[in-house]
Amino acid sequence: MTLVVEAKGLSKTFGTGDEAVRALSAIDLEMGQGDFISLIGPSGCGKSTLLRLIGDLARPTSGELSINGKSPHQARLDRDYGMVFQSATLLDWRTVRKNVELPLEIMDVPAAERSTRADQMLELVQLGQFAGHFPWQLSGGMQQRVAIARALAFRPALLLMDEPFGALDEMTRELMQQEVLRLWAETGTSVVFVTHSIPEAVFLSTRVLVMTPRPGTISDEIAIDLPSRRDLETRKNPRYFELITRVRDALRSHDS
Amino acid sequence: MTGFDGELRAGASRSSAMRRSATRYGPAVAAFVLVILLWEGITRLLGVETFVLAKPSEIMSSFIETWATVWGVGFRTLWEALGGFVIGVSAAVLTSFAAARWVGFREGMLPIAIAMNSMPIVALAPIFNNWFGSTNVFAKMSVAAVVVYFPVMINTTRGLLEVEPRELELMRSVAATPTETMRRVRIPHALPFFFASLKVASALSLIAAIVAEYFGGPQNVLGQYIINRANLFQFPDAWAAILVASLLGIAFYVVILVAERLAMPWHVSFREAE
Repeated sequence: MTLVVEAKGLSKTFGTGDEAVRALSAIDLEMGQGDFISLIGPSGCGKSTLLRLIGDLARPTSGELSINGKSPHQARLDRDYGMVFQSATLLDWRTVRKNVELPLEIMDVPAAERSTRADQMLELVQLGQFAGHFPWQLSGGMQQRVAIARALAFRPALLLMDEPFGALDEMTRELMQQEVLRLWAETGTSVVFVTHSIPEAVFLSTRVLVMTPRPGTISDEIAIDLPSRRDLETRKNPRYFELITRVRDALRSHDS
Repeated sequence: MTGFDGELRAGASRSSAMRRSATRYGPAVAAFVLVILLWEGITRLLGVETFVLAKPSEIMSSFIETWATVWGVGFRTLWEALGGFVIGVSAAVLTSFAAARWVGFREGMLPIAIAMNSMPIVALAPIFNNWFGSTNVFAKMSVAAVVVYFPVMINTTRGLLEVEPRELELMRSVAATPTETMRRVRIPHALPFFFASLKVASALSLIAAIVAEYFGGPQNVLGQYIINRANLFQFPDAWAAILVASLLGIAFYVVILVAERLAMPWHVSFREAE
């Protein structure tokens, strides 16, 4: 079985000479089909950079990176990526439905199929009745759900999420996490998730990669052996707290 | 629905929108009436001579008496302005697309364009009269076209280029071609900039046409009509012509406002106030 993401000795340096900043160094990563991997670490640890390398929004300085056995560039051309950013990045002039249809339009999906698919996706994120609204008429959480629906509309092999819930309040955030897990289970997609939040990383992931800065490296890898069905009970599970503590300790141990 | 974020911003009803427009435009209408009354009152009270400042009542009666003539010359000038506007805006839009599409073009052309923008373009009117012949309507249209070109080109280019980096990354992540990004992100993004520049350009095109007329050419146009009536000491007639020029300018502006609303009903400036 081909790995969804395979990285060997990946590094990224911004700038040259004295100005050069090593954002990532010697990253090894293997990610299988259906994995949910969180990248966690302090600001400047390169977690977003790693996500951007995987998504071909930036090129590595050295090392090897393949996505489904292809180059990231080819994977992008094949529309293997669904991207969700911290801001929903919805286009103001499009209705919710038209925003979800955007990637499908670019892929020349026929209009009838586009609108069926958009409606399905909006049902999936429970926004069916808001299809005709404009983005500014929705709350931040709803906008982010539209962004997720858009990212999943063309059934990408890999969902890349860069602090998608960073701007949301705690209540909304927990509900969105539940939603993402449900979508992940229903679509069977693989997810790379960048976050600042330890509980979020533990609650969502099959594996948490702890990153440390200067230069950005993966310092620890923690398998999350919580039951695959996760809900409110999971958040009370003693194992959940143990894992949170482990991630926290892993982050702290490099704090010097 | 999970219901945790269901609060929708409700749109206000139509009747309250009308009430709001009354409160919004009421002060402007009142101020306008007040200015006219003060103008009439002070000119009467101080016995200001008509050649210094005509009274609103004199202007109105001249406006009605010379109705057909003054609108006739007005529409000829409007034709020059409109022609120039269409030519200038088309050229500006084409340049903007090229500037947004090709970095080399942008870096080579834009500084020159911005430098040329600070040139007083109406000063070119005698030159254009010489090129096209002073009686050729195209001599006036070209002045209007050049005047309109720069603000529209500079603003539209800015709108096409100043796009959220996130939106470009989104398009990149789904492997959109530059043409698709242009169509689906850059152009909608540039519309507010484009229409803002059209509002400026509409007034500029009329000003340019009238000033160009002052430099000579056919007599049956606003600029020459104003000169001739002023030379004959028929100042209320000249003022009536200025009134026509203003009305044409306002009408032109309103047409663009309506077009703007139709082209981008989604825009933040048209949302109901909360």
